[in-house]
Amino acid sequence: MPLLELKNLTKSYGAITVADDLSYEVAEGDALGVIGPNGAGKTSMFNLITGTVAAASGDVYFKDQCITGMSAPARCRAGISRSFQVPQPFGAMSVFENVLVAATQGAGESGQAADDLCLDVLDRTGLLKRANVAAGGLTLLERKRLELARALGARPSLLLLDEIAGGLTEQECRSLIETINDVRASGVTIIWIEHVVHALLAVVDRLIVIDFGKKIAEGEPQTIMESKAVQEIYLGIEVDA
Amino acid sequence: MDWVNAIVQGILLGGLYALFAAGLSLIFGVMRLVNIAHGDLIVLAAFLGLTVTTTLGINPLFAIVIVAPLMGLIGYGLQRVVLNRTLGDDILPPLLVTFGLSVIIQNGLLEIYSADPQKMSAGAIETASLNLPGGLNIGVLPLLMFITAVAVIGSLQWIFYRSAWGRAFRATSDNQDIAQLMGLNKSHVFGLAMALALVVVAIAGIFLGVRTSFDPSAGPGRLIFGFEAVIIGGLGNLWGTLIGGIILGICQNIGAQINPGWQLLAGHLAFLVILAVRPRGLFPRIDG
Repeated sequence: MPLLELKNLTKSYGAITVADDLSYEVAEGDALGVIGPNGAGKTSMFNLITGTVAAASGDVYFKDQCITGMSAPARCRAGISRSFQVPQPFGAMSVFENVLVAATQGAGESGQAADDLCLDVLDRTGLLKRANVAAGGLTLLERKRLELARALGARPSLLLLDEIAGGLTEQECRSLIETINDVRASGVTIIWIEHVVHALLAVVDRLIVIDFGKKIAEGEPQTIMESKAVQEIYLGIEVDA
Repeated sequence: MDWVNAIVQGILLGGLYALFAAGLSLIFGVMRLVNIAHGDLIVLAAFLGLTVTTTLGINPLFAIVIVAPLMGLIGYGLQRVVLNRTLGDDILPPLLVTFGLSVIIQNGLLEIYSADPQKMSAGAIETASLNLPGGLNIGVLPLLMFITAVAVIGSLQWIFYRSAWGRAFRATSDNQDIAQLMGLNKSHVFGLAMALALVVVAIAGIFLGVRTSFDPSAGPGRLIFGFEAVIIGGLGNLWGTLIGGIILGICQNIGAQINPGWQLLAGHLAFLVILAVRPRGLFPRIDG
């Protein structure tokens, strides 16, 4: 059975369709990459999976359970967590406290176990030395890492990454890829929306392409990137038949 | 000596005002809700204290043990059933609903307890006083109120900055949507915040009822004192709220020392001056 399954999800805002009969499965341990032009409905798809936004129709299954009617906090506690494209830390709280919120509320830990979980996550995301700094004072890379740390603090089985590599230098990007590969190796299933394609290809083993809320292609990363549909729609290149 | 005495009594009175204000400050800080019914909830707590005291025949100061959890439950229920529905981008609905709540509480109390002023008697402690050198007299009850206020503010501060609850409050206050995605149920968090605020209200209400007589229409006046203490101290700063209460208490007592009719006026004037000179209060919280 797949860990996550979207079944015919549909959602639109007025005339703009962000999810159009969207269906796919993600198996446990998988790393799925999501690409598509701006405004294609990629982030909206995350909102539908995390429960921030309710679908007009269709269902979301997680661990064999229909979670369509489940609230966002309940989905987080069930094991789905995400990072945001624009980092949104709790600015007045320390880095450690930011992760601690996820560890106590999302992962349901308390006391020493919660502290240990946070320290482990901060260590894995390279933020251990910044643990006591106010999150508002972090650099962009550190904020991106905190997004990842906070998502991991909830001890997810499914991790949703939203353009976490965007805006980073080449070197920063490489170290982030290393971290994400580590996370994946620890058994966490990943869905990753990313415009920095080479970063994505260094981690994922399957790609889907979304445009106007529709899944227009799915398969091996290399095959997808070379396909005519992707080059036309996503990269904007005219391809002669 | 009268002046020194007025100032000392003012400081002690400030403790009571800080108790009026602490819950108001907490609620505004966590969910940006201005609770117009706050004063009426204080009076409700005083009446509950009166009922507990007369029914069980115990000292009103011990009635806190029953009234505080009761008010906490009322707070949680009120938040989950009514107030959470009013919260959103618009600040008008919570203002209107809590204003309506204020009217309902006042009239409900009037119906049950009548308009007669009531007073709870705490016994000998009310008249006990410590004689300090220099002819200074400090009442044991006002001193107890002040110490309680400091303890309550200290506890709230600890909860806010050192406990898992407090982290949940601060995270939700910072960004509700993100907090939800970290597994925090915001309705529950707000319910807990209101419960905590009304536990403080319960303490304030009992002290109010022991210190002075009260009637169902006494709420709005307490709300004003609470507001003034919060604004003078600076929004979102609990220790600031205590100082705000103390400044208000001192000014009122100095006013009364000049002319007995000037007590309230002096407090309001001090508030106006601070609002004009430091609109964000004396100790505004520095947001990170």
